[in-house]
Amino acid sequence: MASTTGPRGPLRRLVTGAVALFATAGLITACGTGEGGTGGGGGDGKGGGGTADVRGVDDGTTLTMWTRAATRPQSEALVKAYNAAHKNKIELTVIPTDDYQAKVGAAAGSRDLPDLFASDVVFVPNYTSNRLFADLTRRIDALPFAAHLAPSHIKAGTYEDKKYVVPHTLDLSVLFYNKELYRRAKLDPEKPPATLAEWDRQARAVDALGDGVDGTFFGGNCGGCGVFTWWPSIWAGGEDVLNEEGTEAALDSGTAKKVYATYRGWVRDGIVAPGARDETGATWTGVFPKGKVGVMPMPSTTLGLMPKDLDLGVAPIPGPDGGRSTFIGGDAIGISATSRSADQAWNFLAWSLDDEAQVDVVAAHKDVVARTDLASNKHSAADPRLVLINQLVADGRTPYALKFGQTFNDPNGPWLSLMRNAVFGDGASVEKDNDAVSASLTD
Amino acid sequence: MQVKAPDRAAAAHRAPPRRPARRPRTAASRWRSRRLQGLGYAAPTAVFVVVFFLLPLLLVGQMSLSDWPLLAGDQGANAPKNYTDVAGGTLLWPAVRFTLLYTAIVTVVLLALALLLALLVQRSRPGTGFFRTVYFLPGALGLASASLLFWGLYSPTTGPLSGIPERLGLTDEPVSFLGTPTSALVSTVFLVVWKFAGFYMLILLVGLQGIPQEVYEAARTDGASRGQIFRSITLPLLRPSLALSLLLCVTGSLLAFDQFYVLTKGGPDNSTVTVVQLIYREAFQRLNLGTAAALSIIVLAALLLLNFLQFRGLRRTDAP
Repeated sequence: MASTTGPRGPLRRLVTGAVALFATAGLITACGTGEGGTGGGGGDGKGGGGTADVRGVDDGTTLTMWTRAATRPQSEALVKAYNAAHKNKIELTVIPTDDYQAKVGAAAGSRDLPDLFASDVVFVPNYTSNRLFADLTRRIDALPFAAHLAPSHIKAGTYEDKKYVVPHTLDLSVLFYNKELYRRAKLDPEKPPATLAEWDRQARAVDALGDGVDGTFFGGNCGGCGVFTWWPSIWAGGEDVLNEEGTEAALDSGTAKKVYATYRGWVRDGIVAPGARDETGATWTGVFPKGKVGVMPMPSTTLGLMPKDLDLGVAPIPGPDGGRSTFIGGDAIGISATSRSADQAWNFLAWSLDDEAQVDVVAAHKDVVARTDLASNKHSAADPRLVLINQLVADGRTPYALKFGQTFNDPNGPWLSLMRNAVFGDGASVEKDNDAVSASLTD
Repeated sequence: MQVKAPDRAAAAHRAPPRRPARRPRTAASRWRSRRLQGLGYAAPTAVFVVVFFLLPLLLVGQMSLSDWPLLAGDQGANAPKNYTDVAGGTLLWPAVRFTLLYTAIVTVVLLALALLLALLVQRSRPGTGFFRTVYFLPGALGLASASLLFWGLYSPTTGPLSGIPERLGLTDEPVSFLGTPTSALVSTVFLVVWKFAGFYMLILLVGLQGIPQEVYEAARTDGASRGQIFRSITLPLLRPSLALSLLLCVTGSLLAFDQFYVLTKGGPDNSTVTVVQLIYREAFQRLNLGTAAALSIIVLAALLLLNFLQFRGLRRTDAP
């Protein structure tokens, strides 16, 4: 049919097209910023995307998420359960633990972070101070169980009075001991060490069994393993390892020296399983499940992965003369500051912390729940080891330092030098090495 | 049918030419035309070089003069602090010394073994193809993969090798292949030689097969011994291939990273930290791209100087 308005000129067509384009764009924008819409909330880092309700939005969005290999089983279990029950879908990428910092750094530099990323909780202060996470303050505070979220993780994720992360997987350092080897060594399998001195005696008694059995084991070339398993003995002895701001080390205290001396004695007398000197952390937790080590500190997350036929007990890490403590590690998780689906990402985070996910997924997997009010639940009640681990959350600490990674986890950093000099050397350079640690914390 | 040629004068009268008649091309215009043609041919490569080589290099230069935290981008000028920070690092000089030591050991051992292998499989005999393939096979593996493989083999907790000397009664306890500075260096050199000997063998084999057989026959006719033939014919005529291998091996060893990152992580006790590991550490552990870039520029300058000296030395020996 011919036009009744006469032929259109190029200018008129251009104007009409532009008007249509603006109208369409306006319509899309209006939809995008509506209540409960998909507009980001994290990008500005101001309000925490407070337009959505406390549960976030479940509208079928596909979200990307990163986690590190060390806590892979827990993250996978949560994501699997979430994907099965929600319209939103999460695509989880597991990144080698050693490469995680570099990967996050490079992605942040190119503004290519996923919607959600978990982080070893000790690195979180560095990320929050660099504004990598979206502000979740209002969202977190609106949760009915906000007051019960693992306080050490919330503290690590709070920067300038704003909260950026929630606990994702809690990983506590605890002593694992082999009850079968204890029986063979004429030790009481129901009496794990309550002091470092007892730990020393029991490890030596088991080691005396010979036939490939060793007293204990540790990651002697792994800075992260050292902070995770040695510091609790120092804390249990009543000393601290860092000042409040994380800018000064106190790793040369009398208590710390007693801890190093015990480990040095194990190395000197061959109480430690072969490979401790070389152990970079990659195979550190693979030694105990073989059933040839008496007593050693381990991550609580490995409890659910132990062989069914291994009769093992769990105990707090003691100080030189008693006391008990634990390093509350694991991953905290936040929404990246560049995510365009903050409301949907929050839907996952809020769900992951509710009763159902914490009990039926986390606790069922024999892991530590992220909420103090759920420490006693139907799964932990069935296993006294879990009750003990959950109770330890109150005794443990998560150290805070902006330069934690470069000081304590870097394989060429000053803490690993202190560790190795103190245990494989004569321990004479602890003060000097402690100064180097302090210098790195402020570098 | 014969086609009549058009009457050009008449045609010109009927329709005036659209453009002035072409003047005969001068030598200068031909030169200009050829130059434009050459530029056209070179343009794609030039664009590639600018985008993928020069621009990143300029960016690294800018980073090296800026305060550039990995997580926060450019924070403004910081010259020359990045360079002075590099010089003040406690790990720098040990890393430089170790990298030079590693380069010297690897270059000597690797090229000697590669030459030996090339000589062994030089002539076609039954089974030569099999051995050439076997020697080259590790070269087809990625260095990171090979390093991971050896890490597993060396591991005192999970690897099969550490317990063998003890079972044979040679040691009292499992051997720690990566546990001391010396054993870590030797173990890494072993991996690198295993991985690259076949590759350099191939380069040298091509060089060997380029030597005319007549020269060898003449030498044998003159009664030269095998040693004399090797010293006076093989080595001199193989010099271009040896020079190429030397250049690749030295440059590659000075830039060593993967094998140490996977096998030793610079340990034990920072005894195997290479210069490139320092760059990685500065960028991704300490999250400071500025200092990492400054160190990269210094390494680049050192490599350029070294390559220049190597080329100059090779040219001099090529001269009659």
